[in-house]
Amino acid sequence: MTKLFEAPLYPYKRSKDQDAAAPVRHPVVIIGAGPVGLATAIDLAQADVPVVILDDNDKVSVGSRAICFSKRSLEIFDRLGCGDEMVDKGVVWNVGKVFFGDRQVYDFNLLPEQGHKRPAFINLQQYYCELNLVERIRALQVEGKPVEIRGGSRVVNLNQRDDHTLVTVETADGAYNLEADWLIACDGAGSPSRRMLDLDFVGRVFEDNFLIADVIMKADFPTERWFWFDPPFNKDQSALLHKQPDGVWRIDLQLGWDIDKEEEKKPENVIPRLKQMLGQDVEFDLEWVSIYTFQCRRMEKFRHGRVIFAGDSAHQVSPFGARGANSGFQDADNLGWKLKLVLDGKAPESLLDSYAFEREMAADENILQSSRSTDFITPKSEISRIFRDAVLDLSEHHAFARPLVNSGRLSVPCVYDGSTLNGPDAEGLPARTRPGSPATDAPLADGWLLDWLGSGFHLLGIGTEVPETLRIDGIDIAGVSIPAASAGQELKARYLGDAASAVYLIRPDQHVAARWTGYDRAAVENALAIALGKGGEA
Amino acid sequence: MAEIVTTPNLENPDGFYAELLTSHEGLTKAESDAFNARLILLMANQIGDREVLSRLLEAARR
Repeated sequence: MTKLFEAPLYPYKRSKDQDAAAPVRHPVVIIGAGPVGLATAIDLAQADVPVVILDDNDKVSVGSRAICFSKRSLEIFDRLGCGDEMVDKGVVWNVGKVFFGDRQVYDFNLLPEQGHKRPAFINLQQYYCELNLVERIRALQVEGKPVEIRGGSRVVNLNQRDDHTLVTVETADGAYNLEADWLIACDGAGSPSRRMLDLDFVGRVFEDNFLIADVIMKADFPTERWFWFDPPFNKDQSALLHKQPDGVWRIDLQLGWDIDKEEEKKPENVIPRLKQMLGQDVEFDLEWVSIYTFQCRRMEKFRHGRVIFAGDSAHQVSPFGARGANSGFQDADNLGWKLKLVLDGKAPESLLDSYAFEREMAADENILQSSRSTDFITPKSEISRIFRDAVLDLSEHHAFARPLVNSGRLSVPCVYDGSTLNGPDAEGLPARTRPGSPATDAPLADGWLLDWLGSGFHLLGIGTEVPETLRIDGIDIAGVSIPAASAGQELKARYLGDAASAVYLIRPDQHVAARWTGYDRAAVENALAIALGKGGEA
Repeated sequence: MAEIVTTPNLENPDGFYAELLTSHEGLTKAESDAFNARLILLMANQIGDREVLSRLLEAARR
């Protein structure tokens, strides 16, 4: 195992900004080169928006951290040009086992829905994800795209002005200032930016600690997800075993709130527990161990003038259901195109309020989902424990109880129902592709729908013809027409339902903006105005 | 709005009541609680209709 996280990936180098007489102005500055900051930078750079990333470190993150990347994240990586790298390295699993107390109650096969390019999710260490994103940035730099990562650059002060933010950056060569038209804070759950601007981070619905260990098995071990409720080796708590690439297994042991972190982390305490969990005969090496503390909470507002928060800096959830990093990529996905259009003067600044609205709504949904999982895993009252245990007992012999077992629900993207960007809907078309929903992938005669959509606004005509190109208010809309005869079963089921034809206006983040049963240019113009935050008749 | 049946609908009510109590015989308080929870979950699945279940929960709360 190469110690990837020990190698400096973007070491500090003196920037010419440091020798400028006056602070240099940049259209977009991103604080934090974690997964969300890197993804946001790639999206903007691909659209030719100059972007500078500042990070106090110069390496990928230590330990596996976020490990489960959902289908929607993989689809976003495809759009960002690094989907294959993630999926080729990642581990796909389908079989899971659920244990209650000292016995296995059932096992399951996920059997994910067919007709999608990407699997329901992959397991991949966060450091590989970050490495792939950094490599993608390097490739964009070679193409001449305006993106720069400044390592060893700690932001120590933010000063919000009318039309920009003055950013003070500390380096090995001393401090310097730069100006950002737009500042995106992707600096994690402990966000120094949030603190520097004295902003709230409310909620704290739950607090818990997890012992997280990466172990390398010395012999074969099945590629399955094992989840324990109240196991003998971790009474009243839960435990999770997950496979990752390179023969690394990730173990999450729930510890509860009131614990001695240093004591729990000691190998002499960790190893006996793991032996109880894996079996006394299983040989393994302990690669990394850490205590992860979480709270469920979010900022009240994700946009503060020209400072925008994305990822963990804006919202934090429990790890159950993999809604942390995955929701952060959806933040990036939602923000990139809006910021680009605002910078180009093609959309009003208020379009960015829809970023806040849509992603705050998503954060609430994620907090709700992960709170439900937490309630099931850690019952808060006697009666909730009675019901929880009853569900687990019944699940051993009765399939009906298994959907009630909640060890974390699969992270699915939020449908922006009620968003001001949603245009008209047509009756009779399938609910799953209604305005506000992320476009569902489907196989086409030659490839996949989402690959065809890529970035930018698209008009999708199924069973009817739409123009190949449209230019409305300076915005290019690419048309994709699929005759009914060549539309596959999945495409029809997901986009037509019982209708003979349908036309979808799809946003650059691949969410549906509006849909009709036939093409009408005036209707598209109206829906585009709505999707750009300029108003119109919904 | 789903309708729930709150008028007599049980065949042989005395017999059912006796059987319910007999099922709890010999159980500790904790075992009885667990039994009741399992029974509620089984009955809920048998009913299936989410609206009916919501009405039943409301009726039980009164």
